[in-house]
Amino acid sequence: MALIRNGFLAADGYSPVPADAPLPATGPLLLTLPQWQAWRTELIERGTPVGVRLASDEHPEALAADTNHLSLIALEFPSFRDGRAYSYARLLRDRFGYTGELRAVGDVLPDQLLYMQRVGFDAFEIDSNDPVADYEDAIGGFSVVYQPSGDERVPALRLRHG
Amino acid sequence: MTQVLTANRLDDGRVVFLTPTGDWSPDLNDACTVSDDDAAQELSAVGALAEAACTVIGPYLIEVLEDEGQLQAAAIREAIRAAGPTVQAGQF
Amino acid sequence: MYRYDEFDHQLVTERVEQFRKQVDRRLAGKLTEDQFKPLRLMNGLYLQLHAYMLRVNVPYGVLSARQLRKLADIARRYDRGYGHFTTRQNIQYNWVSLADTPDILADLATVEMNAMQSSGNCVRNITADPFAGRARDEIEDPRVWCELIRQYSILNPEFAYLPRKFKIAVTGAPNDRAAVGVHDIGLRMHHDADGRPGFEVLVGGGQGRTPVIGKTIRDWIEPEEILAYIEAILRVYNLHGRRDNLYKARIKILVNALGIDKFREMVDAEWEAIRGQGLTVPEAEQARIAQYFRPPAWASLRDIDAELELQATADPAFGAWLNSNVSAHKAPGYAIVSLSLKAPGREPGDLSADKMDAVATLADLYSLGELRVTHRQNLVLPDVRQADLKELFRELVSLELATPNIGLLTDMIACPGLDYCALANARSIPVAQDISRHFTAVDKLQEIGALSINISGCMNACGHHHVGNIGILGVDKKGKEFFQITLGGASDQNATLGDRLGPGLPQAEVPGAIEAIVDTYLAQRESEQETFLATYRRVGIDPFKTAVYGEEPVRRVA
Repeated sequence: MALIRNGFLAADGYSPVPADAPLPATGPLLLTLPQWQAWRTELIERGTPVGVRLASDEHPEALAADTNHLSLIALEFPSFRDGRAYSYARLLRDRFGYTGELRAVGDVLPDQLLYMQRVGFDAFEIDSNDPVADYEDAIGGFSVVYQPSGDERVPALRLRHG
Repeated sequence: MTQVLTANRLDDGRVVFLTPTGDWSPDLNDACTVSDDDAAQELSAVGALAEAACTVIGPYLIEVLEDEGQLQAAAIREAIRAAGPTVQAGQF
Repeated sequence: MYRYDEFDHQLVTERVEQFRKQVDRRLAGKLTEDQFKPLRLMNGLYLQLHAYMLRVNVPYGVLSARQLRKLADIARRYDRGYGHFTTRQNIQYNWVSLADTPDILADLATVEMNAMQSSGNCVRNITADPFAGRARDEIEDPRVWCELIRQYSILNPEFAYLPRKFKIAVTGAPNDRAAVGVHDIGLRMHHDADGRPGFEVLVGGGQGRTPVIGKTIRDWIEPEEILAYIEAILRVYNLHGRRDNLYKARIKILVNALGIDKFREMVDAEWEAIRGQGLTVPEAEQARIAQYFRPPAWASLRDIDAELELQATADPAFGAWLNSNVSAHKAPGYAIVSLSLKAPGREPGDLSADKMDAVATLADLYSLGELRVTHRQNLVLPDVRQADLKELFRELVSLELATPNIGLLTDMIACPGLDYCALANARSIPVAQDISRHFTAVDKLQEIGALSINISGCMNACGHHHVGNIGILGVDKKGKEFFQITLGGASDQNATLGDRLGPGLPQAEVPGAIEAIVDTYLAQRESEQETFLATYRRVGIDPFKTAVYGEEPVRRVA
C-alpha cells in the first residue's frame, strides 16, 4: 500500500491505536471516531498532530466543530462502489471548513482518483506498482470540467464567459 | 444431469463453451459434457483459470439435454444464448 | 440544436482516450471484470446475453441527419447493420466487441455524440418531450435546461457512485410526453403570473419492482437555481440512499421511507447551504445555450387544413396516417411527423442502417436536417411543411415507416427481453410481434383510439409496463414464459400505475386476451371520445377480468 500526498509518494507518519489500548504518550496518531471523542480534550491540549479515520457510515458532521484541531481526516471507501465519501469530502471542505489532509482509504482504485481529487481529497492510499504514474495519469486525463466541485478547476460554464 | 461450462469471451463478448481440449467454442455441440459433480468441479476450475487469465468472463455450468446426437440447453435462457435471438433482428 | 464548442469537444476526446486506456488494461489482464464493469458501464457498455451492447446517448432525443448517418455507419462497420432505439431516447447496438468500443466512441465524437453515463449508478441521459421547441401546446422549450443539466451531470465527481442509477426528465408542455412522473427527478415547466418560467420539481418516481409515481417536492424553482436544487437532492440521496440492497437503492425508496415532508426538509437544508453560489446558472451561459435552440428559419406559411382534408378524403391511407402520425406544430403551415418503428411483425424500436440513411435523407429534404427520438421508441421529423406531407407520406410508405399507429394499440413499447438481455425472464419482442400481427386492420385500430401497450421482459420494467394503459410483464414460471397483464397505467400528466388483471398467460394466449380487453372497452365506452383509459377508470377492472378469465368470457381466450 502506497500513500500519495499532493501528488508525491509520502511517508504516512500517523500511527493507528489498537482498540482498547490507552492513549499513547506521543506522536502523530490516527484515531477512530470513538477514540477521538474519548481523548479529544487531552489531545487538543497536547497539540500534537491528530487524524481521525471515519468509517463510511460515520457522517463527518461529528467532526464539524473539530476541523481546526485535526491535521488528517481519512475517509473510508469500503467498496469503490460506495460513493458516500465523495459527498462527505465536499461537506468537510465546503461546509465545515476543513483544510488539513483529506485522505482516501479502503478500496481506492486509480480510476477513482480524479473524482476523489475533485471533491477535495489530497491524499490517497492505493495499492499500485507505480502509484505516482497512476495518479498523474488519472489527474492529468481531463483538462475540462463541467461543474464546480470544491476543487480549483474552473468549470466550462465559467471559462466560456471569461 | 449432463452439464457444460459456458462463458462470454472477453474481447468480443460472444457466448462460448469449454471444449474437451480446453479451448472455447461458440458451438454448443463442441462443448465438453460432464455428468458427475467431480467432473463438473473440474470444469469450473478450468473456467476460473480462464477468467483469471482474462480469456472469458463469468463462466458457469448449464444443464444440457442430448437430442439425436445434438446438444440442447435445458433452460430457455441458455437455449437463446446458444442459438441467438429468436427474432429476425436487423431485417427492418 | 446544441453544438459542441471547444470545451465539449475536448472533454469528449479526453474521455475516449481515458476509456481506450482502460480497455487496454482490461484486455491486458490488468483490471478484473469486477473493477472494469463500472468503468465500461459509465461508458455505455454492457455485457448482454450474446455480446457486448453499447448504448449511445441521444441527449433529450435530439438528433441531426448527420448524426443519424454516423449511427448507420457504426451499425454497419462495428455491428450487424441495425440499432435499437430505447425508452431513454437513446440508441443501442447489440453486437459490438470490447476491442472496437474506443474506436466507436471516437467515431461518435466526430459528430458530437458520446455514450457517457448511459449506464452505471450515475445521472443518465436527460430525457425530454420529443416535440420540444415545436409542439403547439408547449409553454417553454425544455432543451436549454436539459443541456445545462446534461453538462452539470457529466463526469460529476461527487455523483459518479450513487446508490443506484438516476433518471431526470423535463417537460415544457402541459401534456406530458416525457413521463416525468416516473423519473427520479421530473421537471415540469410552468409560467408565473408575469409569464416568467420556473420549474415544478417531482421526486421519487420510478418503475422497476417497486413502481412509484413521483411526488411534487417544490411547486416552484427559479430556472437559474435548478442546478443547485438538483445538487441538493442528489447529495441527500448520495448520503442517505440505501446501499445494502440493490432493489431498495433507488431514491423512491428513500423518499417513501422518510416521507416527502421529511425528505423535503433535508433537501431544503442542503439547498439553503449551497444557494446563490457556484451552481447558479450564469445568465450568459443560459443565453449561449438558448441561442442553439432558437426556432429555425421557418418560412412564413399558413395552415392548409382544408387541402389536407381533401387529400385525406381522396386517399384514406394518407388520411389515417395524418390522423395518428402527424401532430400540431407551433409554426403555421408546419407539422410534426412521427415515423412509426412499429410496422406489423417488426421488432419495436429497431432500425436497419440502410433505413437510418434513408431517414437521414428525408430529414434533410423535409425537416431542416433534424430528428427526434421518442421514449415510445419512434422517430420524429419535427419541421415538415404541411404542403410536403403527401410526398413525405409516399416516401415513408416505401420505407415501411408510415404505419398509421402512433399512440394506438400497436405502437407498443417493448424492451429487448430475453432475446438479448441478461436480466430478462421472458421474451418481449415476440409478444409485441404477435400483437401487431393480430391487430393489423387500420380502421379497427383507429376505432379503438388512444391506447398504449407496454411490454417488459422482467420486473426491472425497462418496457414501462406499469404505466402502459395495458401493461404486459414477462415472468418465468418453472422455466416457462408467462405474461401478466396490468390495466389502467398512464405516464402522462395524470400518471397512474396499472392494476394487475390476474394470473399470467402463456404467450399464445396474449393476443386473444388483448382482443377480449379491447372488445370489453368498445362495448362499455360511453362515446367514441371516451378513451380506453377513461372507460377503465370509470368501470373498473371487473368487466375486463371477466372478459379474460370469467366463466362466460366476452370472447373465448385461445
